[in-house]
Amino acid sequence: MKNNSKRNVGSKKADRVTQQKNKLNQSTTEGSSVYALDRRSFIKNTGIAGLGGLFLGITYSCKDKAQTLAGNPTAVFSPNVYINIAGTGIVTLIAHRQEMGTGIRTSLPLVMADELEADWTKVKIVQAEGDVKYGDQNTDGSYSMRMFYPILRKAAATARYLLEAAAAKEWNVPMAECAAKNHEVNHTSGKSLTFAYLADKASMIPLPKEEDVKLKSDKDFRYIGKKTSIYDLEDLVTGKALFGMDIQIPNAKIAVIKRNPEPGAGIKSANLDKAKAIEGVSNVFVLKNNPFPMGHTKPLGGVVVVAKNTWAAIKGRDALEIVWEKSRNADYDSVAYGKELLAKVNVKGKVLRAEGDIKKALSSAAKVIKTDYQTSHVSHTPMETPCAVVHAKADGTIEAWAPVQDPQWARRAIAETLGIGEDKVKMNVTFLGGGFGRKSKPDFVAEAALISKEIGEPIKLLWTREDDIQNDYYHYNSAQHIEAALDADQNLTGWLHRSTFPPIGGTGDLKKTLPDHAEMCMGLIDNPIVVPHVSVEIRESAAKTRIGWLRSVANIHHAFAVGSTLDQIAHHRGVDPAQNLLDLLGKDRNVDFKSLYTEFWNYNEKIEEFPWETARLRKTIEVVKEKSGWGKSMPSGSGIGIAAHRSFLTYVACVVEVEVTADGKIKIPMVHYAVDCGRAVNPDRVKSQFEGGAAFAASFALKSEITFKNGHVEQTNFNNYHLARITDAPYLTEVHLIESTEKPTGVGEPPVPPFIPALCNAIFKATGKRVTKLPIDLNSI
Amino acid sequence: MAKYSLLINGLTKEIDTPADMPLLWALRDELGMCGTKYGCGIAQCGACTVHIDGEAMRSCSIQVSSLTGKKITTIEGLGGQGLHPVQKAWMDGDVPQCGYCQGGQIMTAAALLAKNPHPTDDEIDAAMSGNICRCGTYVRIRKAIKSVAI
Repeated sequence: MKNNSKRNVGSKKADRVTQQKNKLNQSTTEGSSVYALDRRSFIKNTGIAGLGGLFLGITYSCKDKAQTLAGNPTAVFSPNVYINIAGTGIVTLIAHRQEMGTGIRTSLPLVMADELEADWTKVKIVQAEGDVKYGDQNTDGSYSMRMFYPILRKAAATARYLLEAAAAKEWNVPMAECAAKNHEVNHTSGKSLTFAYLADKASMIPLPKEEDVKLKSDKDFRYIGKKTSIYDLEDLVTGKALFGMDIQIPNAKIAVIKRNPEPGAGIKSANLDKAKAIEGVSNVFVLKNNPFPMGHTKPLGGVVVVAKNTWAAIKGRDALEIVWEKSRNADYDSVAYGKELLAKVNVKGKVLRAEGDIKKALSSAAKVIKTDYQTSHVSHTPMETPCAVVHAKADGTIEAWAPVQDPQWARRAIAETLGIGEDKVKMNVTFLGGGFGRKSKPDFVAEAALISKEIGEPIKLLWTREDDIQNDYYHYNSAQHIEAALDADQNLTGWLHRSTFPPIGGTGDLKKTLPDHAEMCMGLIDNPIVVPHVSVEIRESAAKTRIGWLRSVANIHHAFAVGSTLDQIAHHRGVDPAQNLLDLLGKDRNVDFKSLYTEFWNYNEKIEEFPWETARLRKTIEVVKEKSGWGKSMPSGSGIGIAAHRSFLTYVACVVEVEVTADGKIKIPMVHYAVDCGRAVNPDRVKSQFEGGAAFAASFALKSEITFKNGHVEQTNFNNYHLARITDAPYLTEVHLIESTEKPTGVGEPPVPPFIPALCNAIFKATGKRVTKLPIDLNSI
Repeated sequence: MAKYSLLINGLTKEIDTPADMPLLWALRDELGMCGTKYGCGIAQCGACTVHIDGEAMRSCSIQVSSLTGKKITTIEGLGGQGLHPVQKAWMDGDVPQCGYCQGGQIMTAAALLAKNPHPTDDEIDAAMSGNICRCGTYVRIRKAIKSVAI
């Protein structure tokens, strides 16, 4: 998820592509339009030459979608997505979203191929560069499939219509007698024509009216809902796939930067001579710093070392002698700050939700369960560290290649950093060796642009792992306080939830000490349990380092605290924890969070279109109970726990089994997820997101912690910043998808939040120890 | 700077580098072979795993000067002209997500299986625990290793 209000480079964005020029004719409805393009326009727009046949572009409005927050409330783009059916029969589809492991580069073209009745083996996928002409390219917030499923189906259905119409014309028969199937159009008489034959002819057919374009019925789906391996599978197992790190352009040198360990602070003095003396080092210079709060695009600054190869650059950097200035956060001590955050949530805060009389509920309760929860900073640590290749050319133009989640933001960041127009910047996208939110921030691309510009040569900027771990946009640290009131009959009567965490916005603005609505609607405000007396409160806290969104964002700590408290309630009620969840979820209904919190944020979707349906969460709980054999007896030292959470509009219930050894080591033999993500387009890739999400969450819960002392990050590399390895991650993860014809929703981020409380609840079953602080240290409880 | 002859994937390659340059950077920067990935530079993540005389080794932590006369295999050369059975198992099991670490995972697994064609879970864990996958494909990695028949 990205909180776009921080995207301070986006304000001047202008759509420089004139869509009028590309229109031959146009079929328009609210939201998206399909265009026929001529060959020249297609090639000009996509840069893909050598094609003939039928060309279609699709344009769509992003109103009310994520782009709204980017400062473009009425953005309408020129053709964003492209389809070409060539005379060879090869269908070329543009992938305009970035591939970082979710399989989206496969799954979106797959939607088009299915609706088009194309044979997947004859589909070629071409990666789009970063350009507003492709519409929303910000691959973040788990919304690619949700946003593009309807748009791409309509586009492909239009192409299918044109092929069928061309066949009908060819045969001089009614179009109703013609149907596309598997790269051919068949006539009821049994004759058929190939897409290859029809491609040119289809390009002569006028675009149909909107109402004449019919989507396939679900029963005719060829690929949607079935397993398809990712398009790039073989390249990824043979070392052929090109990640950002792998881009090689002629004469490119390698650059690394020595950054102030206190992010954004400057340099008092620097001796560059020893670095310059290292063989292979060609340039050593100071890069201007940007003091905290520098936001999410500006380079931190430091000393740049450019060399003919990576090894020389690293050795040159090691030889630098720098006396650093102090930052405003020079005293940052994250352990001490964690205690401050805890103290804050034990004092009344700004009330976000108030129902009934929480004070009375607590004072008249038979039992109040009070718990403080704490989480630490963690780092994204994608396996491919941030890196970028940039060529600042003599003619003033820039060409860049980088593994970025949001290539348009990267393009704007380059333009703004160098003070040139965006039209001077070509931003190419590579595979991403993991993203998790880190690679949506384009600071490293801006750094590379500055370096290339400075030396007038192409460079590849490498962040070493130390750079990555010590200069990340860290996940929030947090504190929460929950009081749950139970009456004498064990009914939950009151719910007080106070949260504090330095908001993402604090990285760009010191005054931003309260989280955005979006951050507060990730598991804090949007709690669906039925309880008459409620107070949900937030306390302000200031960011002391760069904070950035990480896979599932504020859902992580909120789901941890809520899921753990609900388990405590079950324990005190003497009720099975799964049954307790179902009891507290109440009768099936759509929760009207708008009436409880007027600024309710529903992942940029209208609540009317994507309601908060408790029945769907209930169903996931019921399914995960059944599939996990919930209620089975567990051996001594083992435990089983459950939690359920909706995020990114997807409903997830999770059961985790643990074994805890006498010395406090935790093994996770089994995880079950039940998932309602609407229609699962490529179920195997949905499942793989949940398998991987469990491991990601296991890192968060068991292994990872960034700490600051005297303003410096104490961890440096994987020897002291730990991630779940094969020995730590769940041994098995079973994913049970709820059959659904509802609109597809997110799957990248939703696996993370419920896993952690389910794990902690299992640990409680196994040991009687209630985890209230992450990462888990059972020896401290 | 000195000249070194490296035997990589059956071919002799000449490089002119400092003696202490790690094999990883020689492969990537000097020879343009980018299948071997940088992940940490201190032999903690396994992304840079290659075979040296059949042993899985972290190329970030081996100096080029130590490799004279050794047989080096990288992900690009693992399968010879086709796919190695481990690569095939990785495809059959749809293991990769982002794929960045998978070359290293495959090299480690292939070295394990060459010595021990039917490893137990504990043996798999022992061999593979040096390879981090941030996408979390571990369940499929273990399954793919078990599916390989060499």
